[in-house]
Amino acid sequence: MDLKGARTGHGSVGLESDDLLRMYRCMLLARKVDERSWILNRQGKAAFVISCQGQEAAQVGTAYNLRPGHDYVYPYYRDSGITLLLGQTARGQFLSLLGKKEDPNSAGRQMPGHYSSRELNIVTASAPVGVQYPQATGSALAFKMRGEDGVVLACGGEASTSGGDCHEAMNFAGIHDLPVVFLIENNAYAISVPEKMQVAGSIYKRAEGYGFPGVEVDGNDVLAVYEAARDAFERARRGEGPTLIEARTYRMTAHSSDDDDRRYREREEIEGWRQKDPIIRFEKYLEEAGLLDDESKEEIAASIKDEVDEASEYAEQAPYADPEEAVERVYAEG
Amino acid sequence: MTTKNLLQAIGEGLAEEMRSDETVMVLGEDVGRAGGVFRVTQGLMDEFGPFRVMDTPLAESLIAGAAIGLSVNGMRPVAEIQFADFIPPAFDQIVNEAARFHYRSNGAWSCPMTIRVPYGAVPGGALYHSQSVEAWFCNTPGLKVVAPTFPADAKGMIKSAIRDPNPVLFLEHKRTYRLIKEDVPEEDYSVPLGKARVHRGGTDLTVVSYGLMLHTALEVARKISNEYDIEVEVVEPRTLYPLDKETILDSVKKTGKLLVISEANLTGSFSGEIAAIVAREAFEWLDGPVMRLGAPDVPAAAFAKPMLDFFVPSAEKIEAAMLELARY
Repeated sequence: MDLKGARTGHGSVGLESDDLLRMYRCMLLARKVDERSWILNRQGKAAFVISCQGQEAAQVGTAYNLRPGHDYVYPYYRDSGITLLLGQTARGQFLSLLGKKEDPNSAGRQMPGHYSSRELNIVTASAPVGVQYPQATGSALAFKMRGEDGVVLACGGEASTSGGDCHEAMNFAGIHDLPVVFLIENNAYAISVPEKMQVAGSIYKRAEGYGFPGVEVDGNDVLAVYEAARDAFERARRGEGPTLIEARTYRMTAHSSDDDDRRYREREEIEGWRQKDPIIRFEKYLEEAGLLDDESKEEIAASIKDEVDEASEYAEQAPYADPEEAVERVYAEG
Repeated sequence: MTTKNLLQAIGEGLAEEMRSDETVMVLGEDVGRAGGVFRVTQGLMDEFGPFRVMDTPLAESLIAGAAIGLSVNGMRPVAEIQFADFIPPAFDQIVNEAARFHYRSNGAWSCPMTIRVPYGAVPGGALYHSQSVEAWFCNTPGLKVVAPTFPADAKGMIKSAIRDPNPVLFLEHKRTYRLIKEDVPEEDYSVPLGKARVHRGGTDLTVVSYGLMLHTALEVARKISNEYDIEVEVVEPRTLYPLDKETILDSVKKTGKLLVISEANLTGSFSGEIAAIVAREAFEWLDGPVMRLGAPDVPAAAFAKPMLDFFVPSAEKIEAAMLELARY
């Protein structure tokens, strides 16, 4: 998919028009929840925002291959596109943003973006970067030992490949041909540090050293990501082992609501990437394919706005957990 | 009932749990073909195969992290960190991850996993095969830290650790692996976590200790009973965290005096926590200062034997401390 149209047509990757519209709606919902989160932050209602903006295609394209509640997912803190596609809701995202008792991830214990769902097999996420990779290999090993066809998706940004955990996990996954898909969402920045100061050589090429495929994909092309991830998931389900996908994308916001990215990157660079916004690109593709027109676009936008309005209002009205709950559920019973 | 040493008892406990629950598995460096550098897991790979008894790469963060991932996907892993001294690379996975899964997911996830950790000074062990690391982990809510000393307790407690829905750090003092043998029941039994054990009743002072120091303390207690008619009550916490405070407080309220002996250095130690609890909660029963005996504040035991012997509290030092406290 170039700026105007498709590199990969949806027919050739086996997707129906309903699939595409579902992907599109999820990407747009993730974006709109994110935008509303920043407004709530600027209004002084949300203490902290961490964004998915710019990475929706990489997330939704990959996650479209997951079987919710069957495969395991280790998301990182920008992956709201993944968790929304799996079945988390806008309401849940805002409850988490505002730290309310009904926050589905942690009941107000964790920062927003630290996803968790036992029902959806979204394994509780951490703030330290890269710790999820060894954990993901363990979950993949459990699938393999039981002879099941479950696949584990482990996600992180490009900086998550710099620490030792990433190497230890990929080495282990390679040794045992574990059913794990590593998705590196290379968004070009780790807070302020650019990729060229973070990454030697190339991330996806490292897979060769571990003995499994590594692929680089345009992370702002949802269909290209879907196709690369589909191959990786099928390979894992066939028992052939891991794949490393490096989705090249761009972080369109500051690192978080506590960051001011004017200190370290030019506005022109961001504007350049806005032209490659994965949602705008997908809209163009859908329009050219005759799957979206002005009317249906407005309908979808209106229904998402209603959903976001309802969800954020609900979350604002929702109660906090009782303060004493801070001392509960430290240990599991039984 | 057969006589077994500590490492045999732990190995037998592991094997029994693996036979009765096919989700129980062992992973770590050299735990498979070699049966562990101390032979605790000897024979397990032959019986259970190379996946349930897995030789891992030499990567402690991976070992602990993979155990977390196994534990949240239906398995009951028992990870081995070959020496406590090598646990720092796994610290993040244990402390920031395993111990917090339950709390940070509001109870949705938990990590039923055990991490076996041989610790303590041994001749020739030196700085990186000698450390007592319990204090690092006894400050970590969400984690359980256990340190059984006697074989029968250890077998029963490894079973309890494996069956526990929480991450359990299972400390094994290396110098006690073959030090004593005792009768270990053959039938299925378990020893609960979180319960201290009173080894020896006494009226004159309470000693709290574990690991090699417990064995030494028990010897000295017998000696001063014979020589001075001083009766020392010896309490073994068995679980260090969360601590069975009641058993310790009950003992101190009876004797009025407390000496805590461990092989760890004293500053910021687990011994300090026991001293603080007793100083506050048994203040009105105390007839002497709360005393602690431990290693000096140096990095770890040295390689040369004279320095090693100086580092570890000796029977002489323990006797002197007991007599000093008894005189109050």
